Amino acid sequence: MTPELTEAIKISLLVLLIVAAVAASVMKKLVPALIVFTSFSLIMALVWILLESPDLAITEAAVGAGVSGVLFYMALRRMGQMKKSFIEKDGADGSEKGENDENDRPDENGEDGEHDEDQR
Amino acid sequence: MKIRDNIKKWLAYDYDLDSAPVMPDPVEPDVEAPDISFWRSLRRRGAHRALYYVAAVICSIILASTLILTVSGMPRYGEDAEFMDTVTYEYLAHGMEYTGAVNIVSGIILEYRAFDTLGESFVLFCAVTCVLVLLRIDDGKDDVSLPCHDLTGDVILSRTMRALIPFIFIFGIYVLLNGHLSPGGGFSGGAVLGAGIILLSSAYGEQTSGKFVTERTFRIVTTSALLFYCIGKSYTFYTGANGLHSFIGNGTPGNILSAGLILPLNVAVGLVVACTMYGIYRMFKERRF
Amino acid sequence: MGNLIYNYEEAVALILFSIGFVTLLFHRNMIRKLIGMNIMDSGIYLFLASMGYIYDRRAPIVEGGDTNPVNYINPVPASLVLTGIVVSVSVTAVMLSLAVRLYERYHTLNLDEIYAMSRRRSEHR
Repeated sequence: MTPELTEAIKISLLVLLIVAAVAASVMKKLVPALIVFTSFSLIMALVWILLESPDLAITEAAVGAGVSGVLFYMALRRMGQMKKSFIEKDGADGSEKGENDENDRPDENGEDGEHDEDQR
Repeated sequence: MKIRDNIKKWLAYDYDLDSAPVMPDPVEPDVEAPDISFWRSLRRRGAHRALYYVAAVICSIILASTLILTVSGMPRYGEDAEFMDTVTYEYLAHGMEYTGAVNIVSGIILEYRAFDTLGESFVLFCAVTCVLVLLRIDDGKDDVSLPCHDLTGDVILSRTMRALIPFIFIFGIYVLLNGHLSPGGGFSGGAVLGAGIILLSSAYGEQTSGKFVTERTFRIVTTSALLFYCIGKSYTFYTGANGLHSFIGNGTPGNILSAGLILPLNVAVGLVVACTMYGIYRMFKERRF
Repeated sequence: MGNLIYNYEEAVALILFSIGFVTLLFHRNMIRKLIGMNIMDSGIYLFLASMGYIYDRRAPIVEGGDTNPVNYINPVPASLVLTGIVVSVSVTAVMLSLAVRLYERYHTLNLDEIYAMSRRRSEHR
């Protein structure tokens, strides 16, 4: 493998890494975001090989792509969010304009708290 | 007795906020509450969210630009800069001679920086203990949370695992035992083994994996591995610092039985890591061992 | 911009760190925050490992008794990152179990709702 080819592969992997990180951050549904995050770890393992660190590649492939993904899924399942996260949008996504109405509930509660305090 | 009743009440509490049993009042502090009227007025107008977003955007921009400026001021990537200081030079030039390990990284983490690795192993042990404390429910109690249906008996998973499991375990054991000769070592091999046990138990149910990993074996293996690590490293530290003759030789670098204590320490660390991975998975899945 | 064009690897690492930071700031879902924290972790590891990389050199595994240091990359960042990866997954596990406990208490993953509920609860007293 020529150095130029290695360099080109490395740069494309780094671009993919950024794309995967952004996608895991902005995706609306939770479970697809987790799948993208797992693929992020897998790309990371390939980058470790190109950085001449095979120890890190083995560990990242087993831990980042395997165990931590499994833990995320288990936690989601434990909370009964698995099906919901596939179908519905992530309700806590604050960057969405349309969902700000839903997020206004703390304000009402804040007013309630104010009211209670006035009564005291 | 009263505390016990309270705990029982709290455990039987049906997670409905309005009918929640009222907790006893904490002692009111004498100091006055801080004046949060400004924040409250912001909240009432819904402006606190906008304020938060503006502050967050400013924070992010400042952070990112600072980091990029730092990168542009650093020495060039991939060139032989002044980083080859004496420590790195020493590790590379004499590491194999002193530790007997062909893999320099293994030699560093288990010989030069063995104390650090001991701390990491204890961090893993503490993590699994924390997860146990947070998620465990008693044997007599029903599972208060939502049901967690499993994949046991799934045709695709079990057939695939029947083909893959031997290779995963052989690869994990190879990586674990050859940590001083080839890439790998305790952390990598233990993670592969732990992932293999997790796959086995998710494909064939807890009865299969429970044959060789119960809570008892988990406790015994983890504590004895950590104790072995402590005792072995104490011995080599003591003899090394005082210039005494140690009966653990380095052997010929490149042989499987060489590199002093690195091979057994790799096995100990790998067992701790594998048990941690499987223990955490089991706590999330079953909430008990 | 100095060496920015040569240091693209470190730049990518720190961009990943920034992405994780932004995720931590702008999402109120606990699982999202955990994903952001993991991305930050990966950025830091990539930064450390790319500091130790040198062109045309091999991984630090001695072959044929060749112990000349100019043939190998720097082994210290690799040994630091190796333990860090395994510790980060255990930290993730602890935080996920905390999230599970919070979900069982409040039946939501949104931190704002959890905050509002706990405040309402403390004002009910």
